[in-house]
Amino acid sequence: MTLTVIVVYLLLVLAIGGLSQRLLRRTGEDYFLATRSIGSFILLMSLFGTHMTAFALLGASGEAYHRGIGVFALMASSSALVVPVLFLLLGPRLWELGKRYGYLTQVQFFRDRWGSDGLGLLLFGVLTALLVPYLVIGVKGGGVTLAEITDGRFPEAVGSIAMCAVVLTYVTAGGLRGTAWANTFQTLVFMTLGAATFFLITDRLGGLSAALDRVAEVDPNLLVRGERIGKLELLSYTVIPMSVGMFPHIFMHWLTARDARAFRLPIVAYPICIAIVWIPSVLLGVLGAAEAPGLQGPAANSILVKMISLHAPEVLAGLLAAGVFAAVMSSLDSQALAASTMFTQDVVRHYGLHDEMSDRLQVLLGRLFVVGILAVSLVVALTADRSIFRMGVWSFSGFAALTPVVFAALYWRRSTAGGAFAAVSVTAVLWIWYVARSWSDPGYTVFGSGLKPAAVMLLASAAAMVVGSLATPAPDPRRVARFFDDGR
Amino acid sequence: MSRIRLRWPAWTAVAALYLLHNDLWLWDDPRRLLGLPVGLTYHVLYCVAAAALMALLVRRSGGGEGSG
Repeated sequence: MTLTVIVVYLLLVLAIGGLSQRLLRRTGEDYFLATRSIGSFILLMSLFGTHMTAFALLGASGEAYHRGIGVFALMASSSALVVPVLFLLLGPRLWELGKRYGYLTQVQFFRDRWGSDGLGLLLFGVLTALLVPYLVIGVKGGGVTLAEITDGRFPEAVGSIAMCAVVLTYVTAGGLRGTAWANTFQTLVFMTLGAATFFLITDRLGGLSAALDRVAEVDPNLLVRGERIGKLELLSYTVIPMSVGMFPHIFMHWLTARDARAFRLPIVAYPICIAIVWIPSVLLGVLGAAEAPGLQGPAANSILVKMISLHAPEVLAGLLAAGVFAAVMSSLDSQALAASTMFTQDVVRHYGLHDEMSDRLQVLLGRLFVVGILAVSLVVALTADRSIFRMGVWSFSGFAALTPVVFAALYWRRSTAGGAFAAVSVTAVLWIWYVARSWSDPGYTVFGSGLKPAAVMLLASAAAMVVGSLATPAPDPRRVARFFDDGR
Repeated sequence: MSRIRLRWPAWTAVAALYLLHNDLWLWDDPRRLLGLPVGLTYHVLYCVAAAALMALLVRRSGGGEGSG
């Protein structure tokens, strides 16, 4: 039954990708950006689906199993304000500049904004280095989930290969339009399934109130923050969602908007979408502590699967697997497409073929790069052990620390390429330093204070941006005018 | 233009809501409100408040005006 549900789900996603292919105009702008034609609802679903990963379903419930209700404040509501504020301040402005100057990637924007090829190359390297581990985690996560949900009947490789094959098919067939349509469907699937699972299970437990009473008897500290969430940790965790400001795949989706008005719904509805997905995940994790006690460490990530096997029909296990696949694939597709767009535009086109690159060749190379990126991610995912999952938090932290660069580009006339070089370099050095220090201690905080390293990295990056800019000659006023004075 | 221009009351509201995320006064409160532990209810309502503030900011800032 579980397998049937998963297969039906994957076929539905493929059908949506196939439908979008009929609309593909075979131009570079259409393949990479859907000819900037995406309306507000699909933009919301694409942005939200791309941002949320399988962690929102499985990792969140696993964390809540150990740490209680405070996980919602730490990882969900911390994004509810930060993410839409960044969308408001960055999205419409970048969309407008992208449309005016024909940008397809972040690197094109930053290279043009500060007139520096070297900065573009540095950013390309850093953004790719942060993005690839994120891709690998998604591929591995899908395989691990299928293996756990089917109790080991399907080895990890089956889930990872199936997911890559489906993503590869609809991304190469429909480009960004196919990705946006598939994302919309998949986001609706994992939002609905999380809520449905929650209502079904709490009903079987005699209602939410009775289930919470049992948790209060077993471990009352799960229903408060207590010692399990640090106060400084809660404050500094709000830095992590700032990563949306520099994610290449989020930037790419911003550029697809039909007009600036399309941003209104994503900005306003984002906090509500976060609540819809995270409330069931966190609560089921907390309730699971009373229903299936004794899970140690990462084993708690399977608490949702255990709750379903204890209290729900088998078909729900299949639907949950489909929901997890939806959450993984709706991020994986955009990340693969963003990485392929960067390779095609920022390396092949910029350094090799320039304007001799026809639309057909751009689409062909874009497709080949998607194949290559997914193949490499699959090989790494199948050979790496589970410690690779630790790279997820670090990927977010690195992108978050780069956010001052995009703010300076859009809101500070005096900012220079030197400042951006300094900010990116400081981020890269601190990132390597902190990853090395925390590898043996996943719960590492700065001096054991509860402060997340991302907060230190963000402050250092912002300071480097300011000092580096003021220490270098002021930028050419004509270049600045192109970005601040309506292009005059 | 799509450049967002927020006045000081808007920035004050964003800063206030940001600070309100740190609900230290409910840290160890075991009561329930609206059927949920009060520390969770607070943050669910926080999401609703964030959505309401964003609706106000989008309207006031002219964010998203113009079709390019």
